[in-house]
Amino acid sequence: MYKNIKGLLALAEDRQVSLSQIILDNEVKHSEKSPAEILSVMASRYEVMKNSAEKALEQPTSPEGNLICGIAAAQYGYATGQSDTLCGSFVNLVMARALSSSEVNASMGKICAMPTAGSCGIVPAVILSVAERQGASEEKTLLALLTASGLGAIVTENATVAGAEGGCQAECGVAAAMASAAAVELWGGTPAQSVIAFSLCLMNIMGLVCDPVGGLVQIPCAQRNASQAVNALLSADLAMAGVQSYMDADEVVEAMYKVGKMLPMQLRETALGGIAATESAVKLMENMNNK
Amino acid sequence: MNTSIFQVAGPVMIGPSSSHTAGAAKIGRIARQIVNGDFERVTFGLYGSFEKTGKGHGTDKALLAGVLGIREDDEDISRSFELAGQAQIEFEFYPVELDGAHENSVLITFFKEGQVKTTVQGASIGGGNVRIVKIDGYEIGISGQLPTIFVKQNDQKGVISHVATVLADSDINIATMKVSRMQKKQDAICVIEIDDSIDETILQKLKEHPYIQIVRFIACA
Repeated sequence: MYKNIKGLLALAEDRQVSLSQIILDNEVKHSEKSPAEILSVMASRYEVMKNSAEKALEQPTSPEGNLICGIAAAQYGYATGQSDTLCGSFVNLVMARALSSSEVNASMGKICAMPTAGSCGIVPAVILSVAERQGASEEKTLLALLTASGLGAIVTENATVAGAEGGCQAECGVAAAMASAAAVELWGGTPAQSVIAFSLCLMNIMGLVCDPVGGLVQIPCAQRNASQAVNALLSADLAMAGVQSYMDADEVVEAMYKVGKMLPMQLRETALGGIAATESAVKLMENMNNK
Repeated sequence: MNTSIFQVAGPVMIGPSSSHTAGAAKIGRIARQIVNGDFERVTFGLYGSFEKTGKGHGTDKALLAGVLGIREDDEDISRSFELAGQAQIEFEFYPVELDGAHENSVLITFFKEGQVKTTVQGASIGGGNVRIVKIDGYEIGISGQLPTIFVKQNDQKGVISHVATVLADSDINIATMKVSRMQKKQDAICVIEIDDSIDETILQKLKEHPYIQIVRFIACA
């Protein structure tokens, strides 16, 4: 089968099928389950993803221990309200959904890690919104999620998706790259365009540090879920418009991994640097702990 | 590619952290099975990162939820303080020093009729994966990946042979087995990871040996 993204793409092009088909075949082999069983597990996880992406849109989550309570509802109100938005209602809705999953996560609600809990909003927001806009069938949507997860699996095996190891580029960055490739497939792009979108998306976030305020997965994680959902969409559009990445996707993954290793430990989930170390962040945590 | 897509699309869990919340709940759930859910009071010694960032991550709620039998993907985790009250279970959290322990570690002590019944030390090692490190001070290593049998026995000849025979006769394959004792000829424990789940009849057969004191089955999935 395949060991990297190049191998995955080669198989898809040789057999003239989608990336998701190759990924499904690999999962069948790996898990000894049938394609139908695999799709059914993915369907149950998609249910969790959808719920988390929608839950906080109209009702803010529980405020206890939650620094980001209400941000999804505010964004949703802005996306669907009267005011003229800069990015348009679609992009604003995608951001609101990404914020919703982050809020649900922060308030001890149910989420599906994708690839991690801290980055759980990106793939659901993108796939749900693109599928909805396209009127895609459930099966086609699940296949897009397979593409996203299959690419994430390659990064997990060859590099990392842990913020503590690779910085936020490894969590939110990889989630965005996964979502971008899946969005291309869902929108009718070619496997090669999916892979280019993946590369562009990861390049766009290279070097992003992991600096959660107080060590909690809330600020700036939630906002990065929103921004990276948009990175996924714009990278998908870049790829489908014909922009090339020149570096192949595996090289970009390797570069991302190396950059992650070069980051000082203060910028890898220790809450000792970056946004977490600002005066305001420190005060915010003091106030929260005194409550 | 040897990584399953569901290691990336998942786990389905209660936020915010796979280590501090989902892992903590899983440690609690395994510990509950070791005491068969039979306790009136429980205390949690929090160590390392569990102690430092546990509150914001809801580690305390997740640990308590676990010992109440609430699963890692159940939203009731956030209500565990209230649910413990309804079940009349007393609970307490305190900072603890655990020599050489993993950063995310907890020492759970179960009490029955005012006496310490059992202690379980566990660590949340990342991505929702856990390890039960000690039971009653005995070094063990339950990964939570496989169904596990926990046996407490007198340290005497023939006990391990009995356990192995019962399992072999029941067509159960042993994946790993670890026997520990504090002192020669005193109490010992045996932890066996097996490939498939087992039923009550097999547990009964294991219990039939005169030197075996306790047998518990731990379903980790």
